[in-house]
Amino acid sequence: MQKIKPFDHLVLILGSLFLCLPVVLALMSSTHGAVDIHSNGLYLTPGTEGWETYKKVLTHRGGFTGDVTGLLMLGNSLVMGLGFAVGKIVLSMMAAYALVYFRFRFATILFWMIFFTLLLPLEVRIMPSYQVMADLHLLNTYTGLILPLLASATGTFFFRQFFRSVPDELLEAARIDGAGPVKFFLDVLVPLSRTMMAAIFIIMFIYGWNQYLWPLLMTTDESFYTLMRGIKSILQVWVGSQIPDYNEAFALAVLAMIPPVAVVVIFQRMFIKGLTESDK
Amino acid sequence: MTDIPLAATRDRRLAGRLAAWWRAEPASPAKRVQFDRPLTPWLFVLPQIAVVVIFFYWPSVQAVTSSFYIEDPFGFGSTFVGTENYRDALASTEYRNTALFTAFFCAVVTALSLGLGLLLAVKADKVIRGAESYRTLLISVYAIAPPVAGLIGMMIFDMHMGPLTQVAAWFGYDLKVGIDYWDTAVALITISVWKQIPYNFIFFLSGLQSVPASVREAALIDAKSEWRRFRDIILPLLAPTAFFLLVINITYTMFDTFPIIDVIVKDKPANNPMTLVYKVYLDGFKGNDIGGSSAQSVILMVVVAALTIVQFRFLERRVHYG
Repeated sequence: MQKIKPFDHLVLILGSLFLCLPVVLALMSSTHGAVDIHSNGLYLTPGTEGWETYKKVLTHRGGFTGDVTGLLMLGNSLVMGLGFAVGKIVLSMMAAYALVYFRFRFATILFWMIFFTLLLPLEVRIMPSYQVMADLHLLNTYTGLILPLLASATGTFFFRQFFRSVPDELLEAARIDGAGPVKFFLDVLVPLSRTMMAAIFIIMFIYGWNQYLWPLLMTTDESFYTLMRGIKSILQVWVGSQIPDYNEAFALAVLAMIPPVAVVVIFQRMFIKGLTESDK
Repeated sequence: MTDIPLAATRDRRLAGRLAAWWRAEPASPAKRVQFDRPLTPWLFVLPQIAVVVIFFYWPSVQAVTSSFYIEDPFGFGSTFVGTENYRDALASTEYRNTALFTAFFCAVVTALSLGLGLLLAVKADKVIRGAESYRTLLISVYAIAPPVAGLIGMMIFDMHMGPLTQVAAWFGYDLKVGIDYWDTAVALITISVWKQIPYNFIFFLSGLQSVPASVREAALIDAKSEWRRFRDIILPLLAPTAFFLLVINITYTMFDTFPIIDVIVKDKPANNPMTLVYKVYLDGFKGNDIGGSSAQSVILMVVVAALTIVQFRFLERRVHYG
């Protein structure tokens, strides 16, 4: 018999308010005019100018060259999130397959080579990474945006653990049926990993979508701007302006947070699985 | 794996182990049955290796080498200076103050976000009515990007119309985020904690939910006080999760708060607090001091590598006895 304890609910309600109130403030304020926000502060109730603001943010050509729109940035963020997630899954599944299912020379060394990347995040080698990208002429390209972020072992480690838990009998049966390594991988392991792939896809999509520092350095050409990069430039414009475009900044923030938040809320179970199992 | 008798395996000395490592014999193969082909595994592993070599090892080595040089600011070559960049960095008061602030920032953010995450997880684990809704509300913030969090935080702490500045004003305090050192620090800490609570919440909740019902029932019989049950039974069971989260939170505060700092401080470090990573970026990209920035990178690399190794050692233990 479980008693209802008001105190537990109070703590949870306060916690939820602390976490969600800022989001509600951003959402509601984005539907008011900049002047209203400037004189009255942030809003907790919806306003009437939302449609105009979002239309402007999405389609108005802004920026230095006058070419970049919110829609373009949204597209770039999507390319970044999807490209990163797909690339990560493909690379790490293949590498994990080689490391688990094959007996070959240097396998251990290769494993440690990949594994070692977990030690250092991109941020500590950001300067030389930029230099390398410049040398390879990859600045202002999608390849340059996505590939360097793939140089980490998180996914490989995750799939390695999973493949090790796959029963040996499957491989034995497949070999008796005459399946080669490629066929076994594509026809047995990949279908078997479907839930794992989905779980890791969610985590990686959010990670790619939310990248900030790397796109900031890599993209000087505005047609490659992501939403995160757009937030940086909208703030740079503010310096010196009388009434900053609060509403547009909020609208941009809302656009930047809707897709990842929606993914987390809709695929909650899978997301938690991916998170708690990939980081271990 | 070749046939080595068990006793011999045990007696194997370091040299023998190194030789085995070089011959790439795993202590126990990942699978009882494996493919034995010369070329195929390379085809599978090569893409990942290529990416890792080009985008991880190459820049890492470059960071280490350029930390021993001073680059001419106008691009006319560079001079080898030995450890001067390191000595300069470690001797400068600015660097030390930044390091001190980073340590303080890490301690406060980690303590607060772990504590609040645990509190919310314990409560969410208890309630039945509305449990799903609470969980959804509490985890959705995880997906919000740090720069977006920084932007929203900046508005909430805005000196002109931020609600929290107004609240502070009611209490007669003049909150000056972006101008006053400690006011900015408070804003950075609040936003970073806000962003990190959902992560800790998810892990603590899944840790709590994996405590077997039989253990809970036994505890219920043994101890009447709820607090004692929590302290003596649940908390020790959560210790591995907490330790894992401790390391993750420290790395989070050191690195992933970069966008928050960038949005709040906005390249104007004048009298504002910042972390070591932000200083690497400022010195390297804004100050064009490539050698100094690289030396700082290498110092950071050592710190993070040490942290991660501690984490792995612990993880190994957890796999065996967890």
